[in-house]
Amino acid sequence: MLTIKLAFKNITHAGIRTWLNVFVLSFAFVLIVFTEGFYDGMAQQVKDAMVNSEIGGGQFWQKDYDPFDPFSLEQSHSIIPDNLSNEINKGNASAVLIVSAAIFPRGHVQSALLKGIDPNQKIVNLPSAVLDHNADTNSIPGLIGSRMANNTGLSIGDFVSVRWRNIHGTFDAADIKIVDIMSTDVQTIDRDQIWIPLNKLQSMLQAPGQATIITMKKTVSTIPSVGAEWKFRNLAYLLKDINDNLNRKKVSSAFMYILLLSMALLAVFDTQVLAIFRRRKEIGTLMALGMTRWNIISLFTLEGSMLGVLAFVTGMIYGLPLLTLLAKTGFALPSMVQGVGSSIPPTLYPKYGIRLYLITTIILFISVMIVSFLPTRRITRLKPTDALRGKLS
Amino acid sequence: MDDNKNIILVEELVKDYSMGSSYFRALNDISFTAKKGEFTGLVGPSGSGKTTLLNILGALDNPTQGDAIVLGKSVKSLTHKDAARLRNNSIGFIFQTYNLLPVYSVFENVEFPLLLLKKGKEEREEAVMKALSWVGLTSKAKSRPNQLSGGESQRVAVARAMVKNPVIVLADEPTANLDAENSHNIIRTMLKLNEELKTTFIFATHDEKVISYLHRKIVLNDGKIVNDINLN
Repeated sequence: MLTIKLAFKNITHAGIRTWLNVFVLSFAFVLIVFTEGFYDGMAQQVKDAMVNSEIGGGQFWQKDYDPFDPFSLEQSHSIIPDNLSNEINKGNASAVLIVSAAIFPRGHVQSALLKGIDPNQKIVNLPSAVLDHNADTNSIPGLIGSRMANNTGLSIGDFVSVRWRNIHGTFDAADIKIVDIMSTDVQTIDRDQIWIPLNKLQSMLQAPGQATIITMKKTVSTIPSVGAEWKFRNLAYLLKDINDNLNRKKVSSAFMYILLLSMALLAVFDTQVLAIFRRRKEIGTLMALGMTRWNIISLFTLEGSMLGVLAFVTGMIYGLPLLTLLAKTGFALPSMVQGVGSSIPPTLYPKYGIRLYLITTIILFISVMIVSFLPTRRITRLKPTDALRGKLS
Repeated sequence: MDDNKNIILVEELVKDYSMGSSYFRALNDISFTAKKGEFTGLVGPSGSGKTTLLNILGALDNPTQGDAIVLGKSVKSLTHKDAARLRNNSIGFIFQTYNLLPVYSVFENVEFPLLLLKKGKEEREEAVMKALSWVGLTSKAKSRPNQLSGGESQRVAVARAMVKNPVIVLADEPTANLDAENSHNIIRTMLKLNEELKTTFIFATHDEKVISYLHRKIVLNDGKIVNDINLN
């Protein structure tokens, strides 16, 4: 108790030196929490968007389907197995048929994916219902994303010619009428693709009852077992690239905050070294009054550690309201960020949990305690008589 | 404690300081004894070894040869922890430059040795106010060291040394930074405490004003005792 009281008095007496250290440490603390919360929030939003708009509770892929190999698409469709058809009928799954095609917007040729989806599906957050409401007999209704619209110059009501090859290898062509343009954070359901009704695409391909992907409902509890023709891809598999990307971003941000924390800790270390140098006589007096060297080392270590406590308190005072506000209002990301290929939402909401605060606080305390202790080891070699004379032995 | 018993026994004490490949002998074959209640001065010019001897008696330093037995404990064989305990329990220090803790008030400075001794709050408050009344500074209890004059600071240092009622008080040039009036006041205060509490005072000094109050004068020169005079 005496040591705590004395340590507190010493650091409050140190005035501006203490508060500079506290500010630098608290700034590092708040920035680390902010950065980590930023990436946690981004990870959560990107994953949520992917799950809600594309991958649901996991997907069955036709065995030849490879999203990174466009040439595989010709073979990657099969009859939907009965048990998956049952799940689709029960509203627990939704089928998607994919085929590569060439489209001719404004007279230019451009490759695209035609994706057939049931207009009545409720599995993924895609406005597929517009494909039903806008159906007419003369044209194929098509839904595109805003990125696709930007790339092709297509608008609602426009017609675009499309050429594809059916499963027998015969080329065919038709016009698709753009009935809606959706705005989505998930680029993999937007860029270079046109959504049309599933049964229409099945008939265009002459592949009735076939699909490429079966997306399961997000809340599905049991995954039906199917034959070798279909492979189930769970969320861990489907989100692997995103997780890997986010982890890479976290590693690079970790370098930034290690650097930041190191600078703050260097300030504490420097203060401790200076304090021991300036207060040699006081150390000698404390020894003469009966304090042991370890009492004095504890005192100086505690003084340094209290900077961590004060930094935490200060950081919470200005950081907590600031970070809470940012978590509520979010950040509007510049439009160029949208073009990088990930499902980054236009407004990013950082996510700050108790765990994040706790881990950052523990890291801060332990680091401050270590750098506070290191310079004090010198006291173990300090002779009381030298200290009283203001010398360091 | 038996008043006639030696509380300090110094035997053939030698203290060398290393100076590169050679050494400097600060104390050379010092032997003397001191009894409880003495008011003794280690007198001599600068460099005669007064402070070195005082530091060894206070277990702040170790002898190179010989030994000092303080309150029955061999300074030479004390561990750092034991030495700290001896200082904490039984020895008070008064320094030339007062050495008050700047962040503490007068009251807290005087209270500090009692906190180290883990005394209760009431006992501490009573003892501190008593010690401050000995030195006439009760009205300055809440002041900070930087608000005190040199004389007042040294009186606080005396109160701090005396508050735990130590057996021995070691004072290193306690009047060196004080004017004549304050020097006399401080010495008279210490003499009064010596008479009332039977505390042993040992001074390192070359101040004639202090010397005039001493009961015993041990004269040092070049690290040797050249005279040991009883002035009573």
